Amino acid sequence: MLHLVLFLVFAAICVAGAVNLLVQKHPISSALSLVVVMASLAVEYLLLGAEFVAAVQVIVYAGAVMVLFVFVIMLLNAGEEETTKGSRVALVLGVPGALAGGLLVAWVLIRHSGDTALSLGALPGYPKTIGWLLFHEFLLPFEVTSILVLIAILGAVFLAAKPETPPAPTGRKG
Amino acid sequence: MVPISYYLILSGILFACGVIGFLIKRNIITIFMSIELMLNGVNLSFVAFAAQWGHLSGQIFVFFVMVVAAAETAVGLAIIIAVFRTRETLNVDQVNLLKL
Repeated sequence: MLHLVLFLVFAAICVAGAVNLLVQKHPISSALSLVVVMASLAVEYLLLGAEFVAAVQVIVYAGAVMVLFVFVIMLLNAGEEETTKGSRVALVLGVPGALAGGLLVAWVLIRHSGDTALSLGALPGYPKTIGWLLFHEFLLPFEVTSILVLIAILGAVFLAAKPETPPAPTGRKG
Repeated sequence: MVPISYYLILSGILFACGVIGFLIKRNIITIFMSIELMLNGVNLSFVAFAAQWGHLSGQIFVFFVMVVAAAETAVGLAIIIAVFRTRETLNVDQVNLLKL
């Protein structure tokens, strides 16, 4: 019972944050609602017993990645985004269609995903077991991931670096 | 006791919000945040399935998804900075030429 109540409360916070991300016009507001989504997702992970995943979610996602986002938003001084009126066809056909599709998916999930009910802390993911799996069964993906991160660092530095000498004027004006 | 379908529905809602944001937003940074939202929704279903089958592989894959998302964010934000330096705009509608 407690599990269900906690799940529903944090699921509601999560969905509210996600909808707020769509509604807000200013990127900073969107970024902060994304932090809310990630923090409440970390609680959902905790309810499933994935303690280490929850900790990493808070540290890496809500911490590092979102700080990067907020930093870039402030660096570029992003303002409110321009909006136009949505088309009438999208409102008349798209919204009921999307609702029908969503209800269909939800119905299929409830009817056909089996009657497994997950208890509180169903599968404890302790750091010890996670680390053991990561360095035995998943050693090759782990190493490949490290190469990916190295390439990403080099690419980010190369892309964001300011060109040292200003490009020579080419004389092609408008 | 929470049925696994509840977790999957929450994951689906988050993914759908990400897709909608990707389609309707004009600010390139917000579009990036929508992609992060989609990845988070997928992560939740990974953890839920890991709990259903009683195997930790799902949780390991969440870490790989997180690493890929972090790398994607670093490179993407660098590209955004480079685009902003040449175009002086963050509106994707105005970034419609490959070469200035």
